[in-house]
Amino acid sequence: MNTICIMCPMGCGLTIERVGDEIKVSGNTCKRGEVYGQAEFTHPTRTVTTLVRLEGGGVASCKTALPVPKERISEVVAAIGKLTLSDDAKIGDRLTVGDGEFVFEIVITGTPSSC
Amino acid sequence: MLRYDVVVIGGGPAGMAAAIAACDSGAKTLILERDVRLGGILNQCIHQGFGLHYFKEEMTGPEYAERFRKEVKKRDITVMTEAMALSLGADRTVTALSPDTGLVKVQAGAIVLAMGCRERTAGAIALPGTRPAGIYTAGMAQKLCNIDGYLVGKEVVILGSGDIGLIMARRMTTEGAKVKLVLELMPYSSGLKRNIVQCLDDYGIPIKYSHTITRVVGNPRVEGLYYAPVGADRKPVLSEEQYVSCDALLLSVGLIPENDLLNGLDVKMSAVTNGATVDENRMTSLEGVFSCGNVLHVHDLVDNVSEEAEIAGRAAARYSKGELPAGDSVSVSACDGVRYALPQRVNLGDGKVRLYFRVDNVYKDARLVVESGGNRLVGKKFQVLAPGEMGSVEIDRSAICGDVTVRLER
Ligand SMILES: Cc1cc2nc3c(=O)[nH]c(=O)nc-3n(C[C@H](O)[C@H](O)[C@H](O)COP(=O)(O)OP(=O)(O)OC[C@H]3O[C@@H](n4cnc5c(N)ncnc54)[C@H](O)[C@@H]3O)c2cc1C
Ligand code: SF4
Repeated sequence: MNTICIMCPMGCGLTIERVGDEIKVSGNTCKRGEVYGQAEFTHPTRTVTTLVRLEGGGVASCKTALPVPKERISEVVAAIGKLTLSDDAKIGDRLTVGDGEFVFEIVITGTPSSC
Repeated sequence: MLRYDVVVIGGGPAGMAAAIAACDSGAKTLILERDVRLGGILNQCIHQGFGLHYFKEEMTGPEYAERFRKEVKKRDITVMTEAMALSLGADRTVTALSPDTGLVKVQAGAIVLAMGCRERTAGAIALPGTRPAGIYTAGMAQKLCNIDGYLVGKEVVILGSGDIGLIMARRMTTEGAKVKLVLELMPYSSGLKRNIVQCLDDYGIPIKYSHTITRVVGNPRVEGLYYAPVGADRKPVLSEEQYVSCDALLLSVGLIPENDLLNGLDVKMSAVTNGATVDENRMTSLEGVFSCGNVLHVHDLVDNVSEEAEIAGRAAARYSKGELPAGDSVSVSACDGVRYALPQRVNLGDGKVRLYFRVDNVYKDARLVVESGGNRLVGKKFQVLAPGEMGSVEIDRSAICGDVTVRLER
């Protein structure tokens, strides 16, 4: 499999293949590329950034605290879309979202009042 | 009249970093920002991808801005928000307007320009067809979405593959819109490769290279558009025109440094960067006026902006105290595949200077060569060089023995 590492703006071209029990990554310039390449081959994940509604009508920006499975991005966005936070939410606030089997944490990254 | 050692115009990442550096160098510093808060374009860039280089961690735009806002707050820096700089005098006076103070005049020991960029619009690129509602620059759509919470359309076409357009393709998709197509005039993207992968490929959004819009249709709202491949002369091949329906068109066709304040002043501009020409201290040809960030040249990475602004801020503080000696300098020019190199002048002296450059096409296994007076100062191999990614090399100032050229050797 060929892909491009998205871990930094260098954008190294990666070649990933299974050699025996090992997943071999080549073309990377650093270790982050190897870790990314292996994850892309087995189970790709992404950090999701979106907005969360505030009581007063404004919006705050947020991101998932950890990368989530790529195929669940739309579920993640939908779950965050159901939330309404109080207006005094601050950058760095963390909260747990979701129920049952799929739970993840988000971090507030920006608010209308941060200045 | 107010008096400050250093007046910074613009409170984005460039302005904040310049002000912090100026203050830390002992200058009484003022920031003029026309928006309601500091942070500039970062406030609306809620995606990840900032700070990897500067803070060694990946963060979103608002988080990066917050780090700098906190540093500004810790210091004795005067910040005037909702304060728009209206004009600049050659005697380093700045006239600004704000609701708090009305019209104010400030005498500066040195000025740092950090006004950023604005986007090229439909008018600027002579977009053919009608002018219905529903055509936005990508940055405007981003602001409406991320700051105000409005989605500008449900079926979207994006013209241009600059980073803002790519980021917005993903953003609109995750918010429930269908991004049907990205059209790029050139045979390559002007955005970062990682953004093609994580913003288009991840969501199966098609991009057509060497294609452009031939006609926009709809009145009063955009209903669709015609597009066609372009030939080697970049003119559309009309016989191959196709139609796609849409209710919004986003333009990501380039940024223009916001240098209107310099109109009428004797500042030497670069026809390539559309910013001022500067020396290694980021001083323009007008003594005591410095420039940094996107107003100097378009940056893809905010980390580079912060570094450049620190250079300008420190030097501005020194200038205001009369500690920045004027000396002999050599010019720096670009050729053979290098579109521009910056700074465009280097003062003679010791120590290292980093030269930033952009190439004019995609080059593989090319060597970047820096020469001075016939001597080779640097010969650095690059696996890939692309127009969308700024490169840099360091030179030794003591080795300079004449005008400097930066070029590619293949
Ligand atoms: C959509 C988008 C995505 C990006 N993605 C990334 C990324 O993933 N990673 C990354 O590292 N970089 C990214 N960048 C690049 C980076 O954000 C910019 O290079 C950086 O913000 C430029 O900083 P600046 O301070 O020069 O300009 P700006 O942030 O534009 O700030 C300029 C400030 O000056 C103010 N101003 C202008 N004129 C006046 C005046 N006359 N008087 C008073 N104030 C004035 C403006 O209000 C503004 O606040 C992105 C940029 C954009 C637009
Ligand atoms: S492999 Fe390392 S250097 Fe290359 S893109 Fe990935 S993170 Fe960047």
